[in-house]
Amino acid sequence: MNSQRLILDSTHLDLCIQRLCFQLIENHDNFENTVLIGLQPRGIYLAKRIHESLSKILKKKDLKLGSLDTTFFRDDFRRRENPIIPNKTQIDFIIEGKKVLLIDDVLYTGRTIRSGLDAMLAYGRPDLVELLVLVDRRFSRHLPIKPNYVGIEVDSLDSERVEAKWEETEGKNEVILKWNKA
Amino acid sequence: MDQLSTKHLLGIKQLNAKDIELIFNTADNFKEVINRPIKKVPSLRDITIANLFFENSTRTKLSFELAEKRLSADVINFSAAASSVSKGETLIDTVNNILAMKVDMVVMRHPNPGASIFLSKHIDANIVNAGDGAHEHPTQALLDAYSIREQNKDFKDKRVVIVGDILHSRVALSNIFCLQKLGAKVMVCGPPTLIPKYMESLNVLVEYNLDKALAWADTVMMLRIQLERQNAGEHNVKLFPTLREYHQMYGLTFSRLDKLKKLPIIMHPGPINRGVEISSEVADSKSSIILNQVENGVAIRMAVLYLLASNSTLKD
Repeated sequence: MNSQRLILDSTHLDLCIQRLCFQLIENHDNFENTVLIGLQPRGIYLAKRIHESLSKILKKKDLKLGSLDTTFFRDDFRRRENPIIPNKTQIDFIIEGKKVLLIDDVLYTGRTIRSGLDAMLAYGRPDLVELLVLVDRRFSRHLPIKPNYVGIEVDSLDSERVEAKWEETEGKNEVILKWNKA
Repeated sequence: MDQLSTKHLLGIKQLNAKDIELIFNTADNFKEVINRPIKKVPSLRDITIANLFFENSTRTKLSFELAEKRLSADVINFSAAASSVSKGETLIDTVNNILAMKVDMVVMRHPNPGASIFLSKHIDANIVNAGDGAHEHPTQALLDAYSIREQNKDFKDKRVVIVGDILHSRVALSNIFCLQKLGAKVMVCGPPTLIPKYMESLNVLVEYNLDKALAWADTVMMLRIQLERQNAGEHNVKLFPTLREYHQMYGLTFSRLDKLKKLPIIMHPGPINRGVEISSEVADSKSSIILNQVENGVAIRMAVLYLLASNSTLKD
């Protein structure tokens, strides 16, 4: 049987996103030279919200947002049961010489971020890359990857799952922790 | 789960509509990849692919090779002219020798129909048919249908006419299977000597008058007159009198297109005989998507190779 615990409800999720935005502004000023890239498939919803909030706070209309698919750069191709179906990549701007903010919902082993970094380099050489995640599942990294901006840190077991749900896909905004009850 | 129902791509006949849709959706992603500044992805870096071409080919071979390299696969090329085949080696021996060098996939073109199906029964590697005699040429049909999809989005009740040498064409047969599986209506048009008898049994309309066929269709697929095969057959009979007469009866020209209410999409798998099956002005006109077909060829082949590779998990 499945059990679950709420980590962030809709109100706290909004607060979290607000705080992340102000942290970003501290470091990136007015985002003149910074672009946002959400990682497919689930990071794009968070990226969209960060983009909306930043645009509102900064009163800026030309803040760049893209989405990046990492499927072809993953390290588990042909090593897993089910093939992974790619999603759309849409980066309509140049990242050469820019500051890039990679955005994903849940950071777990770090392997998706590794493939994201490789996938991103196909578009040029950015000046700086930073990582923003909504949930950092601490102490579970397989690779030396550390986020620059974290919504919430969560301690969890490998058998548990952390899910960020969004209005667009699940009908509500929240983060939950799921596990199998023996 | 989203994966191909087959281990090999032997022909369109062996695919179902879901497979074709999956290949198209994956090709969308690869089309985006080949338009990036850096066009290469590392997906197939642990795979070796042998391109076995027992028959001449330029664009299919280049297109496959490019697709393989863009996926980071290791590639070896083989053409029959410069090989031991001319010394009398059998197909299975040739292929087994190549597989002994640890090759994971085989892309094969062969003059005999059914060669890739035969091979698939005897060897372990994934096989992609790149044309077997006058039988099938699945990747060409997939890229043709993909190019139509880019223009139309949907195949329901679309009318496609294939014009020319249907008899010797593997492209025609694969396209008939592919378009019908996607829900389009297919007609063939050409001189009676170049249309095989069994066409009606495939649910394909047959028309001998090009103007009537053009009036019916919204997409026109012109086929190359295979000059090298026109005097073939046991009686060595010519299948049509002259190229000039063929052009007058079945050549696609603006004087024909001008009579139509709406211009159809014009396709050609290449190589083109300008002034025979299609006039230069039509081939270079806005309605022609011939060069889109070539670009899509790489994306489709990347998708096929990627999906077949992901169907076979790595053995330790």
